[in-house]
Amino acid sequence: MGFKKLTARWFAAIAGVLSVLLVSVANAEYTLNLTEGVTPISRDLHGLHMVVFWICVAIGSAVFTVMAWSIFFHRKSRGAKASNFHESTKIEIIWTLAPLLILIAVAIPATSTLIDLEDAKTDADINLQVTGIQWKWKYRFVDEDVEFISSLAQSSRDVIKDPLGNENYLLEVDEPIVLPINKKIRFLFHSNDVIHAWFVPALAVKQDAIPGFINDSWAIIEEVGTYRGQCAELCGIEHGFMPIVVEAVTQADYEKWLNGKKAEALVVAAAAEEKWSMEDLVAKGETVYKVNCSGCHGATGAGIPGVFPAMTGSDIVLGDIANHIDIIVNGKAGTAMAAFKSMLSDVDIAAVVTYERNALGNSVGDLVQPSAITGLR
Amino acid sequence: MTNATTTTEHDDHDDHGPAYGLSRWITTTNHKDIGTLYLWFSFIMLLTGGSFAMVIRAELFQPGLQFVEPHFFNQMTTMHGLIMVFGAIMPAFVGLANWMLPLMIGAPDMALPRMNNWSFWILPFAFTMLLSSFFMQGGAPAFGWTFYAPLSTTYAPASTDFFIFGVHLMGISSVMGAINVIATILNMRAPGMTLMKMPLFVWTWLITAYLLIAVMPVLAGAVTMMLTDRHFGTSFFNAAGGGDPVMFQHIFWFFGHPEVYIMILPAFGIISAIVPTFARKQLFGYSSMVYATGSIAILSFMVWAHHMFTTGMPVAGELYFMYATILISIPTGVKVFNWVTTMWRGSMTFETPMLWALGFIVMFTIGGLSGLMLGVAPVTTQYHDTYFVVAHFHYVLVTGALYSIIAAYYYWVPKWTGNMYNETLGKIHFWWSTIAVNVLFFPQHFLGLAGMPRRIPDYALQFAEFNMISSIGGFCFGLAQVFFLFIIIKTIKGGKKATDIVWEGATGLEFEALPSPAPYHSFNTAPVVK
Repeated sequence: MGFKKLTARWFAAIAGVLSVLLVSVANAEYTLNLTEGVTPISRDLHGLHMVVFWICVAIGSAVFTVMAWSIFFHRKSRGAKASNFHESTKIEIIWTLAPLLILIAVAIPATSTLIDLEDAKTDADINLQVTGIQWKWKYRFVDEDVEFISSLAQSSRDVIKDPLGNENYLLEVDEPIVLPINKKIRFLFHSNDVIHAWFVPALAVKQDAIPGFINDSWAIIEEVGTYRGQCAELCGIEHGFMPIVVEAVTQADYEKWLNGKKAEALVVAAAAEEKWSMEDLVAKGETVYKVNCSGCHGATGAGIPGVFPAMTGSDIVLGDIANHIDIIVNGKAGTAMAAFKSMLSDVDIAAVVTYERNALGNSVGDLVQPSAITGLR
Repeated sequence: MTNATTTTEHDDHDDHGPAYGLSRWITTTNHKDIGTLYLWFSFIMLLTGGSFAMVIRAELFQPGLQFVEPHFFNQMTTMHGLIMVFGAIMPAFVGLANWMLPLMIGAPDMALPRMNNWSFWILPFAFTMLLSSFFMQGGAPAFGWTFYAPLSTTYAPASTDFFIFGVHLMGISSVMGAINVIATILNMRAPGMTLMKMPLFVWTWLITAYLLIAVMPVLAGAVTMMLTDRHFGTSFFNAAGGGDPVMFQHIFWFFGHPEVYIMILPAFGIISAIVPTFARKQLFGYSSMVYATGSIAILSFMVWAHHMFTTGMPVAGELYFMYATILISIPTGVKVFNWVTTMWRGSMTFETPMLWALGFIVMFTIGGLSGLMLGVAPVTTQYHDTYFVVAHFHYVLVTGALYSIIAAYYYWVPKWTGNMYNETLGKIHFWWSTIAVNVLFFPQHFLGLAGMPRRIPDYALQFAEFNMISSIGGFCFGLAQVFFLFIIIKTIKGGKKATDIVWEGATGLEFEALPSPAPYHSFNTAPVVK
């Protein structure tokens, strides 16, 4: 077999494998360009992006054309003789001033867009506090007394080894945030631990959530729909697993949803009054643990040696229950262990304490009732 | 001119060569030996940091977690960045400075040869310390090469202290190297070599050395504050103690932005040496090149917060940093225009160093233009911390800085070894790398625009196609650099003997006043520059 034939076969084989691979992963639409989004700012940004992009394309093409011309026509193999000009103040001044004019032309629209972008305060209809927590988002409607935590959906965690075919893999949450369309929403960003960044491309919002600071940003969503995003600032192990889902709905649907949330809160509060059985607490605790604890302490409770302690056989888990509860409620200063009192309900805390003591290879045998947690807040 | 008289006492210097064995390399004060040590060190680091990149690209080949856990993935991205910046690119430029500055200015050696030895030999210890953290409980630093507090303080693994001391050592080494460069250039030029006659590589390194001295102590300050926050109860960056996590970013980027230019100014010098040689035409606008380099260096201190457009700066701050940032594109543009005009109506040939230099100009321009886009603050709301940024800085650092280093290798290696590299292999290396690197990084622009955040170990399905393409490019590019190792060894072992001038159009003392290979001791009698 000739060498050429062999290489041709190889190329065919490689191309075949590649196309199979590419087709097999192609179950979500890819895009080439920035989204236009659904807010006035996102459209402005898209417009500005395109303007600057085409300016860059024009400059690049001009430079590369001149270069290509030289490479082709001024090559020694075509008999080109080098001329010896090497200086021209006039031309230096021209190619300093011409780009300056282009930059000024870019800076003018950029300045007005930036000023719009940063004006979150004026006439905000809804104030939404967003808190970044390793590795979930907490939302609180400042004027409505509604708050909840939103984290990665279990459906994504379940297929993490082989997610092909799972729609919205890593972009699905357990509790999406619902917002009304055509209202100016002012986001107030804050963090409980490290720096996170709340990023939803279609809303053109990307703002750092920083401990000790409150940053703001805003959006007027103009179309009903579901908009997805992710944390954009490296925040630890699960940085890639804290998505954002915004459901934009009509004002009526939004109010319905708010009322539902308020009713839910009453149910949760009532549940804390009840007496819970061991089985119910452990079952509930498993869900709470998976969402809130497994990122660091591991799905099986093994932790990561040297960084995050194991739950299995832990002195704290096997020791005094009051101390165990205290660490979960108030956190441990100077470490990555957060205070969960602001993130979990009484039932959740009681359940996860009971779960840790009676699962993950531990069997202490005791439990704590949700009502006992209420007094610790 | 004092040089000319002192040489009489040492006139047998040309005869005695280097010592034999390992002690030659440990005790050497010879600028050529130290340059070689630096270059080999940086190449080893390139392959080390490159192997981390291969792990990253393997994990990102398909959606889902297949090869590594997120914690290890974060260690890979962190160490890849640190090793490439501090271990590969910076030492490679110092190595080139060591080899070439004395040859280009007609000096017998660097001004401070013993310190030179020390500044190199700190590095293996610094990087052993840094890399040893992989074997500690909790693993290596996993907070990104930018080590933002509080992720790098309260939330970091115990090994972070090794990272801190490693950075301290690298800083000491860099500052000593920079002092040496400045002392050499300002004191040891051959008679007649005025500042405005210096080759541009010398100029760019002189300015780079000042940048290093100005900003490495700032980095040292940042890591020291981290250290005391971690162990001695201070709260520089801890909000709960009255500190400020955003201040960390201001300090880091006050170092970090000039650092970007530390990694690209010497590259400008290399390209300004290679393009005229192969266009057989003098560099266009020499003095404007010098002034542009100076302006870039000064501006580089005034734009740091463009890395922080999403931290909630006041509008006035964002406007200022936007204007200052896009202004840098002017002197940078001047450089590109000058190189292109140098080629215009020249008599060009395309040996391997010229190919790498042309590759640099095209792809650095692409990286520069995406940099201009990133400088436009409002749109950076969308670009920031996505793969668009990753694509941008790899275009300026890989196809920019690294390409210039490889170009410099092919350009000067005949002078170092006396052997020509194999032209066919060099060209294969170029085309192989250039196709691969664009398959690797160009699709990352699309990923970033589609909203894929950087530093994530796994991604949503709409990012799958371009990640797979990018990974394939990555593996090919990695392999191409192993091929480069083969070329390097082959060239040291033998090859066509190089002529003294090496290239038909070459100018400068290193080609015109020295044989190939350059003798172990050169310019014992200073040449006179007309």
